[in-house]
Amino acid sequence: MSVMTDDTLPANPRGIRDEMIVFVAMAALLAAVPLTGIYPFFVMQALCFALLACAFNLLIGYGGLLSFGHAMFLGSAGYFTAHALKEWGLSPELGILVGTAGAAGIGVITGAIAIRRQGIYFSMITLALSQLLYFIYLQAPFTHGEDGIQGIPQGHLFGIFNLAKPTVLYYVILVGFLGGFLVVFRAVNSPFGEVLKAIRENEQRAISLGYKTDQYKLLAFILSGTLAGFAGSLKVFVAQNASLTDVHWTMSGEIVLITLVGGLGTMFGPVVGAFVIIAMQQYLAGFGQWVTVIQGVIFVVCVLTFRRGIVGEIAHYFRRSL
Amino acid sequence: MQALYAQLLVGLINGSFYALLSLGLAVIFGMLNIINFAHGAVYMMGAFCAYFLLNLLGIGYWPALIIAPIAVGIFGMILERTMLQWLAGLDHLYGLLLTFGMALIIQGVFQNYFGSSGLPYAIPDELKGGVNLGFMFLPIYRGWVVVFSLIVCLATWYLIEKTRLGANLRAATENPTLVRAFGINVPRMITLTYGLGVGLAALAGVLSAPINQVRPLMGADLIIVVFAVVVIGGMGSIMGSIITGFALGVIEGLTKYFYPEASNTVVFVLMVLVLLVKPTGLTGRATT
Repeated sequence: MSVMTDDTLPANPRGIRDEMIVFVAMAALLAAVPLTGIYPFFVMQALCFALLACAFNLLIGYGGLLSFGHAMFLGSAGYFTAHALKEWGLSPELGILVGTAGAAGIGVITGAIAIRRQGIYFSMITLALSQLLYFIYLQAPFTHGEDGIQGIPQGHLFGIFNLAKPTVLYYVILVGFLGGFLVVFRAVNSPFGEVLKAIRENEQRAISLGYKTDQYKLLAFILSGTLAGFAGSLKVFVAQNASLTDVHWTMSGEIVLITLVGGLGTMFGPVVGAFVIIAMQQYLAGFGQWVTVIQGVIFVVCVLTFRRGIVGEIAHYFRRSL
Repeated sequence: MQALYAQLLVGLINGSFYALLSLGLAVIFGMLNIINFAHGAVYMMGAFCAYFLLNLLGIGYWPALIIAPIAVGIFGMILERTMLQWLAGLDHLYGLLLTFGMALIIQGVFQNYFGSSGLPYAIPDELKGGVNLGFMFLPIYRGWVVVFSLIVCLATWYLIEKTRLGANLRAATENPTLVRAFGINVPRMITLTYGLGVGLAALAGVLSAPINQVRPLMGADLIIVVFAVVVIGGMGSIMGSIITGFALGVIEGLTKYFYPEASNTVVFVLMVLVLLVKPTGLTGRATT
């Protein structure tokens, strides 16, 4: 039951070296952004979504598990962090910790439920679970329902870095993103990642080799949810609000779209996809509902003709793993 | 007590829609190995089709009950021929993604032209009013929806389980290559199956138009509940889908009466409970 093709075979040392080179280039490029005059808010937003999509891709690209409910981690962590900052007056680092830990907790519970079924059922269950959380947040008092939590103080990270300054905030987000990316990178290229790929290719065989596949899948789900929550916590400092939009199923669809466009099962695909989709939304913001239609068209075109995604096509062309 | 019966009736009506939609999903999944994410969108198209027939052509409810499912069914068959059939042999996650994209397109286009507010659709004259049953007041139209949906569900069950056509269909689900060797046109059967599933959804849309108003997003949230219904019931059995659909509608209605705050979430909570107790779903057969 493999989603991907031969492009995602286990990375050899050369593949890992290639990926490290690209990673360093990417980090250098991103670090230079504030010097170029590009609107930093856009890049910060894209970075949050890139980390989110990387976390999602860990599940689908390497574990073969299509979660259609990853918005629940993004939105939940956003609410928790926003609440901790605004109502409890916690410092940014503790706020991020609260949000990320909350997402991890949700990952443990939802993961334990969702991995009880495979394939298409897994997708439907994650979608239903995120809708369940959506309705809970709609009614819970602390989320302020339709209004969301607004005007969140940004504060000083570790008491030193003033997050109200765009440049400081940018580098904090960048460090957070690169850190999260390296966690995914490490996980994918570890023995744990190899077992995940084995489960993706043939779960029955992995079981017969003595692997407790449920434990691996659950761990991957929790890791993915935690990182997605971390992205959600970071996003609070950029957007300065937390709202129902981030928990809605349309957001889950957007995460899938970002990863699909960039390339399922590629290291850098989700990053490229995030920049493409967020840029598209910025440019097309004036077109109202047509944005939804365009996203739908991209979905259809990608699935029918462009299943490898942007990075997947490049990797395939150069016969490298990226 | 009046309120309890009224909520029970609402539950039965929602249950009818759950049954019709999950039935279509199950039939499509059996043949195409695809979870049709566009099912909510075609449900909405059925309602809009009835609305257009009435307001543009002056064609009323009764003809619409037949025309709309056929028209939307043909639309579905075109989708199957032009797009879905190319996914045969691929992981069925791609089917989910493709139909999700189709749902976004359909719903987005309708939202562009009709916004998010509801359009009214009048109850046909023959079904206006209600009868007093002694213990409750039964609006005739609502009673009609429940009875008619039940008949359609049972007819579909009969078609698939008891007729020769259904036997071919079930055989093609099990082993398409072998059935083709017997000279049966399986690709055409797949197209017709998709048309049937989509048509059932459109029929549910027409039935709901006078009750729920016609809205571009009327199917968007519904389809997620129906997914949960499908997870609970399993897609292996036609009768299972029907019974689970009606049962969950009733449970939801009861929740609205006893604990309204949980009425949105009760189906999802039940799904969690079923997964914890019996991961394969109530009707058994675990498919991946």
